[in-house]
Amino acid sequence: MEWVAALGLISISLTAQESNQVEQLRLQIKQLQENFEKQQQVQRQQIDALMRRIDVLNGTNASSLKVGSNATTAPNVLEWTERPWWSINPLRIGDHHASMDIGLNASFAAGGSTANDLSTLQSGGHDPSRGGFNMQVLELTLNGNVDHFFRASASLHLPLSGSVETEEAYIESLSLPGGLQLRAGQFITEFGRQNPQHLHNWSFVDSPLVSQRMFGADGMRGLGARVSWLVPTPFYSELFLTVQNDEGETMHSFRKQLDTGKTLFGRSLDYTSPSKSLNQLAYTPRYAAAFDLTDTQTLLLGVSAALGNNSSGPSTRSRIYGGDLTWKWKPANHSGGYPFVQWQTEGLYREYEAGAVSGLNAETLKDYGIYSQISYGFTKGWVAGLRWDYVDRTDMATSLGGTNSYDDAERARRWRLSPNLTWDLSENSKLRLQYNYDQRAGLGADHTVWLQFVFSLGAHHAHSF
Amino acid sequence: MKLKFITAAVALFGCTLLAQAKLNVVATTADFGAIAREIGGDRVEVTTLAKPTEDPHFVDPKPSFIVKLNRADALIEGGAELEIGWLPPLLQGARNPRIAPGQPGRINGARGIEMLEVPAVLDRTQGDIHAAGNPHYLVDPLNAKIVAANLAESFAKLDAASAGFFQANLKRFAGEIDIRLAEWQKTLAPHRGKRIVTYHNSWPYFARRFGVKVNLFLEPKPGIPPSPAHLATVMAEMRSEKIAVVFVEPQINRRTAENVSRNTGAAIVEVSHFPGGVKGTEAGYLALMDHIVNSLAKVLASQK
Repeated sequence: MEWVAALGLISISLTAQESNQVEQLRLQIKQLQENFEKQQQVQRQQIDALMRRIDVLNGTNASSLKVGSNATTAPNVLEWTERPWWSINPLRIGDHHASMDIGLNASFAAGGSTANDLSTLQSGGHDPSRGGFNMQVLELTLNGNVDHFFRASASLHLPLSGSVETEEAYIESLSLPGGLQLRAGQFITEFGRQNPQHLHNWSFVDSPLVSQRMFGADGMRGLGARVSWLVPTPFYSELFLTVQNDEGETMHSFRKQLDTGKTLFGRSLDYTSPSKSLNQLAYTPRYAAAFDLTDTQTLLLGVSAALGNNSSGPSTRSRIYGGDLTWKWKPANHSGGYPFVQWQTEGLYREYEAGAVSGLNAETLKDYGIYSQISYGFTKGWVAGLRWDYVDRTDMATSLGGTNSYDDAERARRWRLSPNLTWDLSENSKLRLQYNYDQRAGLGADHTVWLQFVFSLGAHHAHSF
Repeated sequence: MKLKFITAAVALFGCTLLAQAKLNVVATTADFGAIAREIGGDRVEVTTLAKPTEDPHFVDPKPSFIVKLNRADALIEGGAELEIGWLPPLLQGARNPRIAPGQPGRINGARGIEMLEVPAVLDRTQGDIHAAGNPHYLVDPLNAKIVAANLAESFAKLDAASAGFFQANLKRFAGEIDIRLAEWQKTLAPHRGKRIVTYHNSWPYFARRFGVKVNLFLEPKPGIPPSPAHLATVMAEMRSEKIAVVFVEPQINRRTAENVSRNTGAAIVEVSHFPGGVKGTEAGYLALMDHIVNSLAKVLASQK
């Protein structure tokens, strides 16, 4: 910092020597400006004084002691309900009584890889997955209060071509008694830390490998309802129960529908139509608790589970369990949120009851994975990150021949190390450079580099912890 | 007989509980917290979310704040978007109807304040500007009086039995401000028109009240970190204009200010908007203003 400032000083003094005349002219302009400002200030003060006099004469003196005397008559009164709009959400339609915040989030990435199968290597739905330029997401967000019972939120994914996809569209209760809150509609499942996060909040270009394996390319989300209860403990602790239809593209480990000809774990997933059972739901309980370890450190711990049917057999079940930990440090005198250190890690384990098909026995496939990531905001606007990914299975699936084991790319061991550097140009745009070192069992090492650009326009909602 | 006794005991216990039940007040920043204590006295329990030393625009939305907000009878917020980057998700999580917008428990600190620097044009190329005007209004003691009056009114709505108590506290606090304000203005009167450099544009209300000029900032635009080129321009102006004071707040990069001070000979004055932000100002609002005015006057006087 000193070096840079010193350099700046040297350059300034050099120019000053070379252009004394320009400097003098500048000084003259400055003096004129000063005079102008002085005049302006004097007049402003006179106006202020006169306005104060009017206030006094009207009995509405702002500094008077009569409680509430000025509240409704002062010129610049700010009332919640009358606030015209906020700079954070300058795209707003509707009047004061019915309004909605509109925002646009976009993320683009460009890069390349040594892998020949880049779309398999980067299997997340919003991962950049081709050499050259990628649009990861273009998302329109709509938010507002419906009435005094509910707020509503929607997030629509706009593709470059094709049809719009509704990622989320839900209502949430504002004031149920007993610390309860209800959400209903289409929404992202409350499981762990990564799954509920929208892409523009990610600390890395791509999603963790374990998330992709357990929840599929787009993460777990669906139609359903969620009830959460703020448990009356002295520390923060919250219990969530999400109930969602267990079928569809975004229910990867459950009743997923595959394109014709495709298989998952050697099976074509034929049991996607509603089963005879009444239970066609996935249940996702979660419990999270947070502790302020010191004045500057916070620890958030959570356990989650997702339980439902899968479509590999007539009555096969899937069970996913997860634990997560987030630790954050921010000094008591941070400026603009920097510096900070955040460590987040999550481990997941899945039992997938795979049904018997021709050539394959019924069996329970057990998979697990972990990621651990650390972000260090070392100076205002700059964040260095490192993530380690590891996924594997505890057993080999039976082979199609029935005797030998075979290794499925969807389950094989793989690990990845991803250092990155993020430059938050402002609250509303950032640039990120990331390198992935990938090691896939049987396929060897691959190197991938991405440059990502994220921006948001209009309403940009404040981040949760 | 026994039943009557128990009923009476329960009733008595209930009454004591009611009599002792304090209003649970949460303030987003320490300046509001300090004024709430002045007005509420021992009838309110005040909790402050942001630490007095941290940047109030970028407070970490800790989950423990959700619990505090869930149990609050009243929330005092700056009301001019100061907390927009962190408070909304906390309020969603808190699910507390007592502090919902429009409720008596939701206290907007900016109510009745004449806001300065309300932008005519809103454009994000101008940095993080606030649509409602500059939110750092409490360092003008007359604004502190307005906030105090608002708090007395709101507290009385929530605890009608203590209305007289709050009113008496308001009268005492406002009276003290009047006396001190006269002293502070006298202290700074010889320095009228003097210029002060600050990091962030958070002193226009102070400048207006005390007749000093604060229109040169280490930040090129609100929320944008200073570039070497910008700092060089600022330092050149400081030298040519003989600006001798740099305000340093606890949350700003001290090294930047120290460099500027070293290169220009300007003195650093440690200030804060929040009681407890600078050592010796923990006692409250009056102690904070005493500190700002006296340390500024001292440095300006020594440089004559």
